[in-house]
Amino acid sequence: MNATYPRRDFLTAGGILTGFLAAGGPLSLLAPSRAWALELGSLSTAEGTRLLSVARTIAPHDTLEDAAYAIVVKAIDAAAADERVRATLKAGLAQLGEDFAARAEPARVDALRAVEHSEFFGFVRAKTLGTLYASPIAYAHFGYEGEAFSKGGYLTRGFDELNWLPDVPLEDSGPKVGAAGR
Amino acid sequence: MTQIAQNDTNAVVIIGSGAGGGTLAHELTRRGIKVVLLEAGARQSYATFSQNPGEAFVQLTWLEPRTTSGSWTVPQDYPGLPSWTAKTLGGTTVHWTGATPRIQSWEVRARTTYGAIAGTSLIDWPIEYSELERYYELAERRLLVTRRHGNPGLPASGHFKIMYHGARRIGYRRVHTGHLAVNTRPADQRGMCIQQGFCVQGCKTGAKWSTLYTEIPRAEATGNLDLRLRCHAVRLEHGPDGRVSAVIYRDPEGNEQRQKARLVCVACNSIETARLLLLSGSSRFPHGLANSSGQVGRNYCRHTAGFIWGVFDKPVKFWRGTTLAGIVEDETKNDPQRGFVGGYHLELAALDLPSLPLAGFPSTLWGRDLGSLMDHYDRMAGMLINGEDMPRSDNRITLSTSVRDGAGLPVAHIHVDEHDNDAAMRTHAQRQGRAIYEAVGALRTSTSRQTPATHNMCTARMSKDPQDGVVDGHGRAHDVPNLYVSDGSALTTPGSANPTLTIVALALRQAEHIAREMSSRGL
Repeated sequence: MNATYPRRDFLTAGGILTGFLAAGGPLSLLAPSRAWALELGSLSTAEGTRLLSVARTIAPHDTLEDAAYAIVVKAIDAAAADERVRATLKAGLAQLGEDFAARAEPARVDALRAVEHSEFFGFVRAKTLGTLYASPIAYAHFGYEGEAFSKGGYLTRGFDELNWLPDVPLEDSGPKVGAAGR
Repeated sequence: MTQIAQNDTNAVVIIGSGAGGGTLAHELTRRGIKVVLLEAGARQSYATFSQNPGEAFVQLTWLEPRTTSGSWTVPQDYPGLPSWTAKTLGGTTVHWTGATPRIQSWEVRARTTYGAIAGTSLIDWPIEYSELERYYELAERRLLVTRRHGNPGLPASGHFKIMYHGARRIGYRRVHTGHLAVNTRPADQRGMCIQQGFCVQGCKTGAKWSTLYTEIPRAEATGNLDLRLRCHAVRLEHGPDGRVSAVIYRDPEGNEQRQKARLVCVACNSIETARLLLLSGSSRFPHGLANSSGQVGRNYCRHTAGFIWGVFDKPVKFWRGTTLAGIVEDETKNDPQRGFVGGYHLELAALDLPSLPLAGFPSTLWGRDLGSLMDHYDRMAGMLINGEDMPRSDNRITLSTSVRDGAGLPVAHIHVDEHDNDAAMRTHAQRQGRAIYEAVGALRTSTSRQTPATHNMCTARMSKDPQDGVVDGHGRAHDVPNLYVSDGSALTTPGSANPTLTIVALALRQAEHIAREMSSRGL
């Protein structure tokens, strides 16, 4: 072992990501504090920051706060506990360059386009999409209502409320039976 | 629960509990026949169905890996999921959407109707349409299909209003809330649809028919069913007479067990049905059981499919309402003037927020194109193409040469080269789907490519000539008189209809046949 190897790196290599929730955002109303911190197990702070920027470039939503993307970083960092995943990830992030997160969006897109068919990109894209839109922050942000069984579904709560087109004739649809069973 | 001895040579063994196997188990047990039902998955219930889409996917899906080859786009767009099938008691009837159109009369005469098409292995079905129709009626009454036999249709959701008016404006006339095995009011010990979405996560009211809530409990109530959960069939054995004699399966602890059998019905969903037969080779059947024709695993069909999305400037909230309650039937015809043979349905389709980017878009979509679509999530409408695809001899299931499952058996390998006819049909359907949305003011439209097959068919197809297929018109193996195929593998051609109703109809018919054969000739 190289004696000058930074001790922190060979113990956990773990970095830390921090940020602030947007004032008035859905989470800031619930969270005890606006500051958030995410401890990383496999990735360094620089790698975590770069990965967050990759996630934001793959699935850009200008008004969606960093905390939502930090959940993606957390999921990928957890997956990187696996040695093979970690190697792929670290190599992929290194290839993007140290200044990746600082670059303007078109340059970030070009850099990712160049590795679009790599295992690294495929993995990060799938994890980003699979995690980002599954979080409560995303549900709130995109107006998705999630499970509805516990609320009785939408039969009496607006499944047919769309009012910018006429109703469908009965012959092509069917009677709306009340939630009580008629 | 009934216990049937493992050395009971009188046992009928059914492998798989979905639309085919579950229905057959009920039909045989209610006629007094003792049945061992092997199911690889576990038992879920109204109470245990997860309403977290990611959890529900893991809870119900067949997750063992499959390997792939061929020019199809699915392996690139959906890495790790070339096909989407179930592993749970009730099989795909737990995660299906309830769509129950019928295969059309001209579709069962596929080779005659379409003629000789280069690069296909089309044949006609070995049974008359009038015969199939009789069992469609029975199946529809069993499943309580909407808009059939006096059952009302489902009411129109806001999402369907968009499909309806768009389709009418471009001239379509056969547009309605569909034929679905979904109760609009409580009936047959099933609840009613509360328009909650979440059809594919397992319907928590039982409005959607599934063998899990009706056929299997009823089979259990007869006292003739020995249901063995988390028991995974790995091989079929035959005796010196060439008849199947036993099923080898792994029990929940992973130990191999041998159940002797008088008769075996395989209903594991096309990919696994083919795999099981291929894994059951012997000196007598060197290329797999019932495979003297070499047809086991070939002619794999999965419907020409794909999503079409429309983005609007006003709210839609398409997650509210029965997922698939809407259909356009006008393109379900054979009109080669369109540039392809066979027909397709356009079916209403919504996806929950976490699933949309993974299941609804191609992997090439990311960046601002993806972000701006997702930004309109509450203003999107969607539909799914469901069209007849062409059987090809080399589109087939084989045993993987590179990947093995947990027990060391080769997993299924899927090879698909899409036929030009499928591509032409998809292009046509995408154009029509976009036109529907544009006719009602879509700001933008988007399409996916072929999606992972939830309809897997034809890998052990029925044929008149034993050289052309694996089983006869009753699903009985040409090579092995006491071996039956009881799932979508047996469909001769896919037609353009979602397959569950046809699988149920054929299972009802097969049960009558088996009961008759057992009593008259001691099958």
